Amino acid sequence: MKTAAELAKEQKEISISEFFEKNKHLLGFDNPTKALMMTVKEGVDNSLDAAEEAGILPDVNVRIKNISDDKFQIVIQDNGPGIVKEQVPRVFGKLLYGSKFHRLKQNRGQQGLGISCSVLYSQLTTGSPTKVWSKIDNKNKTHYYELNINTIKNEPEILKEEDINDGLKEHGIKIEMRTIGRYRKTIEDYLKQTSIANPFAKIVYNAPDGTRITFPRSVDALPKPAREMRPHPYGVEFGVLLRMLSKTKSKNLASFLSNEFSSLGAHSSNLICKTARLDRNLKPAKLTRDEIEKLLNAMQKVKIQRPPLDCLSPIGDKELEKSLKKEYPESEFITTVQREPEVYRGFPFIIECAIVYGAKTDKMDVIRFANRVPLLYQAGACAITEAVRNVEWKRYNLPQSGNEVSAPVLLIVHMCSTWVPFISESKEAIASYPEIVKEMKLAIQDVARDVSRFLSGKRKVGEQKRRLLLFERYAHEVASSVAKLTGKNEKDIENRLKDLISKRIRISDKDEEQSEQ
Amino acid sequence: MKSKVNNKLKGLGSEIEEQIDKKLNPNISIPIRTLSNIIYDKSTGQLTLGDKVSKRYFFNVAHAKKFMQTMMVASFCNDLIGQNIHASIRDMFYNLKRTLPETSENTFDVQSESDPIIIDLEVALDIFREQLHLTTDRKGIVAGNVIIKDRGDSIDWSKLGSGGWSIPSTVEEIEFSKVNADFVLVVEKNAGFERLHEDKFWQKHNCILIGTGGQPSRGTRLLIQRLNREYKLPVYVFTDSDAYGWYIYSVIKSGSMSLAHISDRIATPSAKFIGLTISDIFEYELKKCIIKARELDIKRAKELLNYEWFKRPEWQKEINLMIKKGIKAEIEALSHRGLKFMSETYLPEKLKKKAFLP
Repeated sequence: MKTAAELAKEQKEISISEFFEKNKHLLGFDNPTKALMMTVKEGVDNSLDAAEEAGILPDVNVRIKNISDDKFQIVIQDNGPGIVKEQVPRVFGKLLYGSKFHRLKQNRGQQGLGISCSVLYSQLTTGSPTKVWSKIDNKNKTHYYELNINTIKNEPEILKEEDINDGLKEHGIKIEMRTIGRYRKTIEDYLKQTSIANPFAKIVYNAPDGTRITFPRSVDALPKPAREMRPHPYGVEFGVLLRMLSKTKSKNLASFLSNEFSSLGAHSSNLICKTARLDRNLKPAKLTRDEIEKLLNAMQKVKIQRPPLDCLSPIGDKELEKSLKKEYPESEFITTVQREPEVYRGFPFIIECAIVYGAKTDKMDVIRFANRVPLLYQAGACAITEAVRNVEWKRYNLPQSGNEVSAPVLLIVHMCSTWVPFISESKEAIASYPEIVKEMKLAIQDVARDVSRFLSGKRKVGEQKRRLLLFERYAHEVASSVAKLTGKNEKDIENRLKDLISKRIRISDKDEEQSEQ
Repeated sequence: MKSKVNNKLKGLGSEIEEQIDKKLNPNISIPIRTLSNIIYDKSTGQLTLGDKVSKRYFFNVAHAKKFMQTMMVASFCNDLIGQNIHASIRDMFYNLKRTLPETSENTFDVQSESDPIIIDLEVALDIFREQLHLTTDRKGIVAGNVIIKDRGDSIDWSKLGSGGWSIPSTVEEIEFSKVNADFVLVVEKNAGFERLHEDKFWQKHNCILIGTGGQPSRGTRLLIQRLNREYKLPVYVFTDSDAYGWYIYSVIKSGSMSLAHISDRIATPSAKFIGLTISDIFEYELKKCIIKARELDIKRAKELLNYEWFKRPEWQKEINLMIKKGIKAEIEALSHRGLKFMSETYLPEKLKKKAFLP
């Protein structure tokens, strides 16, 4: 028997970093292949987010080198705004530190976990520190860091720090990490898909085998920047509301509501107070738990306008088409659609969808994106997969058996939102909210209809070709028989008949066949 | 005659050539030969084709091959006539069958594809297969006091021993040197012919005996018609007592549906039916040899009831009797009353009583 006092001695705080050490899979680092993939992905996502936010057309360079059996060196360099000297250690050396978590804005990263997880993983598997170069402008030198994470304190451990003269040529970040991993071509797929969803980015990739692949820009302008939005009352939970109430500068409850939330005016704010049976003049910070509960309930009950929809930054149907044409020059037909914004749980979202017909595949491949980031794993658990399965492909001239569509088709589905509901922190699959699945299905049906039209046109052309061949096949015997009957020149009649055939059967012309009787 | 047929074939060629030159869809007009376009002409007692016409187009996926085949057959026959030689319809099939270059498709795959094309040409150009110099297998036997000339040879139908003379597919050019007979007896079955021939029926009754061996060939039908028209010989037809036998009689008398376009050339409207009727079965005590009619027999009999040319009351009565009793009989049944019952009792009595059906 142990006493409570003895047991209490064994109970201690678990640091986030220690937690990660033991639960790598939660963040997508479950095996060497995925670990290498995640490291590249987090680096590239950050580079694109930073450049886009700073209004810079991104140039991203990725280099992977196989140092020994299972040890890889990963270098990622961008032309973004760089990070000020003081922030660098915490951005890379502290888990859950970042600018994106506390705001509602369409971003690739959300939690401030990604890149620091890669740093930690590299440190745990190879013992090597992460090297970071950062330059913010030409007035400043490049700052160089070598750092680790203190896994107990969840704080950066700076091993080396200096200003160097011959560092980066222009502004941007360069990171170098060493990681135990296993190399797969998925990394190339990921970069290719990233290039599709970010047509304004140029990505250069140096693979371990020495090959160098460039994914060029297909458009030369950045998309309309995504705007930050205040939370919508329908998407708020107790903890968030509690925090917002304690931090607000608003003097009373009614003004707190209309200042801190989107879509709430004086009228609906008062209505919420009334519904909650709370005085509109209460001091926000003084609300009891019970009162917060009432407020939250009222917020869900009252009819409120939907959130602003102009805060999102979709890829754009024209841009997506350009991008796909660049990546799949062999395709026969490309169609894209951008749906109108919709809302789930108070978060606005837009679904975009595209189909590439005539890709180098004999069954349909689905490429999933969330906020311009390719989703590579856990397809089975993803809302996109569910939406794809809800579509009756046969109705669109595409042969289907079970869940498989046997056609040379790539289906691209993108969801952008101020908050994408991932099923886990590794951000590999979108949760199946009915509003989201429904909207995805509608988008898929839009492009499938286009493909169906394209295929029936194509079939018509094929039929014309078959008819042409058929008539040409019989022309010689007909001409020769006619010549024997009339005593005229056989070759001459044959040429005239063949001439007539080519005039009457024009490929893609309308069928004007006469029938018996 | 030959040049007329020649001209029609050449005309078809010129027409197609002209359509090609005028950038039209080359086509051949062919009268329709299905029941919907077959008319029974009461005044002549013959089946004829109505005026429904179909067009066979070159620029029609469903017609193109048949169009080509029709032109090939026309051209083939034009050659035969030009060289004054004959070919069997089987010869023609093999002559025209070939694989189209760079394909695995044949111009014709089976003879049943080329045979109907010949009839198409006959109706389209209003000419006859015989005029196209196409022959078929010999079918049908004849015996009697007749001497004919065939390609220069003299043949006496009374001096052919046990066999009789095999009727060729083309009998237009046969010349009759001597015809000594009072009537023509046509027997549906070769066995019936053998019986009557051995019993010297044609000698005893001074007739011409013809065995058709089932459905009569065009040559046999034309021979019957010529004997009827040229020598005014009455024609009596002797068949089984069932729907198939009776239809054979109607083919000889009124023409067939499949060859309705040439009825007036090969039908013999004055032919009469001597037996076997269902009533005969009871009159001549043939009940022992009754066969139960099958479902198909009844079905066919009901079809006959509806044919315009079986609407005479005598026939309606016989057919209805057959359907009602559900029975039929074959001519061999007569041998139940002795092998010579047919030649010595039944037929002479029927002839004497003039017990014929119209």
